[in-house]
Amino acid sequence: MKTYAAALLAVILCTAGARAQAADACAVPGYLLFGDSTLNRAARVVAKEKTLKIVVVGTASSVLPGQDGVSNAYPARLEAALKRRLPSVAITVVSRTKPRQSAAEMSETLEKLLLDEKPNLVIWQSGTFDAMRGIDPEGFRASVADGVETLQTGGADVVLMNMQYSPRTESVIALNPYADNMRWVAREREVPLFDRLAIMRHWYDTGAIDLYAATKDVGTAKRVHDCIGRALASLIIDAAHLESFEGKAPQ
Amino acid sequence: MRVQADDTGSDVPAGGGQPGAKPAAREPSSPVVTVPLPDRDLRLDLFRGIALWLIFLDHIPTNIVSWLTIRNYGFSDATEIFIFISGYTAAFVCGRAMLERGFVVSAARILKRAWQIYVAHIFLFVIYVAEIAYVTASFENPLFAEEMNALDFLKTPDVTIIQALLLKFKPANMDVLPLYIVLLLLFPPILWTLLRSATAALAISVLIYALTWEFGWNIPSYPSGHWWFNPFAWQLLFVFGAWCALGGATRLTGVLRSRITLWIAISYLLFAGAIILTWYFPRSAFLVPRWLSEWMYPIDKVNLDVLRFAHFLALAAVTVHFVPRTWPALKSPWLKPAIVCGQHSLEVFCLGVFLAFAAHFMMVEIYSGVLMQVAVSLAGILIMIATASLISWYKKIEGRGSGTPKRSPDADLAGGEA
Repeated sequence: MKTYAAALLAVILCTAGARAQAADACAVPGYLLFGDSTLNRAARVVAKEKTLKIVVVGTASSVLPGQDGVSNAYPARLEAALKRRLPSVAITVVSRTKPRQSAAEMSETLEKLLLDEKPNLVIWQSGTFDAMRGIDPEGFRASVADGVETLQTGGADVVLMNMQYSPRTESVIALNPYADNMRWVAREREVPLFDRLAIMRHWYDTGAIDLYAATKDVGTAKRVHDCIGRALASLIIDAAHLESFEGKAPQ
Repeated sequence: MRVQADDTGSDVPAGGGQPGAKPAAREPSSPVVTVPLPDRDLRLDLFRGIALWLIFLDHIPTNIVSWLTIRNYGFSDATEIFIFISGYTAAFVCGRAMLERGFVVSAARILKRAWQIYVAHIFLFVIYVAEIAYVTASFENPLFAEEMNALDFLKTPDVTIIQALLLKFKPANMDVLPLYIVLLLLFPPILWTLLRSATAALAISVLIYALTWEFGWNIPSYPSGHWWFNPFAWQLLFVFGAWCALGGATRLTGVLRSRITLWIAISYLLFAGAIILTWYFPRSAFLVPRWLSEWMYPIDKVNLDVLRFAHFLALAAVTVHFVPRTWPALKSPWLKPAIVCGQHSLEVFCLGVFLAFAAHFMMVEIYSGVLMQVAVSLAGILIMIATASLISWYKKIEGRGSGTPKRSPDADLAGGEA
């Protein structure tokens, strides 16, 4: 029991500490964002060729509706953030999203994607549709693991991205088993996980962004996607050790 | 079995201080079996009551209070406690009935109980649909366009309701009662076997568990996938609980009293707690060696992973060590609320599921900050206690009314407060 009390205390202190330092509204505490998996392939390409081609594979939560939906969604925001922070590197971000796809379906398209786009890094957003369909978590895990292996064999680095934190629908979709399985695949395959679920929950808990609000307005959605794009850029720079390229203007 | 070996190996004599502990059930020749059925163990009610509270807290989406629940500090969660104690009490209650009234009568009672739980489940399903339909009817947010598709089942009530009646469509957090129904349906033959040879019944249960892992047995769900709580795997915990009730716990006394067991259990709990902490801090992943994580992950809840089962056993061993049956506090008014909740587990469980919906509703409609989370958590537990006390009171006055006061506590149990 004492152990539990101590562990609980530790958790509370950490959360409290994280809360205190949230100056930028969508700042993400390091412990949520950074892991120790590295993006070596991406790092090599940047060092050698000063280019980085990123493809985002995902479902409907990787896009926004409307005319300027594409430029407001996180793939475009990621591109903007990376270009700003790594001016000497030629960054391209391509978004290849399609609604209502399970991880298994996406996994099958990855081989073709490697041929078509020849990416150095793939951001693979998944989990929501599988959770809504109630696909067997074990099968989901196998699909994600297979897909990551396909991409790695094809010479691309991978960042996995899990689900959005959506408080209204939280009691309708059981996300936890899928989030756990993505975390385990990330561990096993040594790829970074962008824990969108925990990060958005953090923004919500700290009062930075109200995710409960019912609104037709795209304002909040735009903000969330911009924050995700920036956080994702930080994760990529950290995991590929690109700090030395930061801020340098192109020759 | 491990149990037997440790029994003789430990320095404390097995079954010491528990005269007549060895059940005659081990002699297959005797048709009339006497099973040691001591008085009801209040610890069961206490911990089942606490488990019900924890399940309620875990079911409220976005609840800061749920940081208190055990799933955040180890592999197993309150469901394991609930299923184990349910197996224990089911055997305790129905075992006596089967000995006194025979197989047919007690089997009929068990099936009646399963039917009650089915009705309760469908009732909760209706409330769930009402809540979800209301909460999401007015909800629009372009950010969550994808997540809103999860509500498509509301558009096809013809399919949804039939699949729900077939227990194939089960909304999030409504998986425990269907598991319980299947376990009770399977229980009469299990109990019959347990009363004749407890060891054989447990062995069969372990075998089914192993075969389930080998061949991937499970029951299909709608729209796809399988049951979240695979009954063929989770039966192990239920049967283990029943086995403990019918003399197994006494046989394990030696093991449970041993210091070695205690230290193994405590080390395992610390280990599990440390592993879980690394889930919250990605940077600490390097602390878990690669070979260990390859061996350990995934920790499968659907099929009651061995790590989860072991975690529950460790929790139980430590608990039994520090909370003896004769613990004076069990009679104190402070623990009475939890005990009362544990004694009316079906009602309180269903109420908890409903209250979690209601809490979600309040958070959507009014305010969802930390204060609200604490308020709805406390209010929910208070309502659970009040309702359980009310049910106790009803049973008491009805027991008196029928003129057989002696039967009233047992009538409580004979309903299979399982």
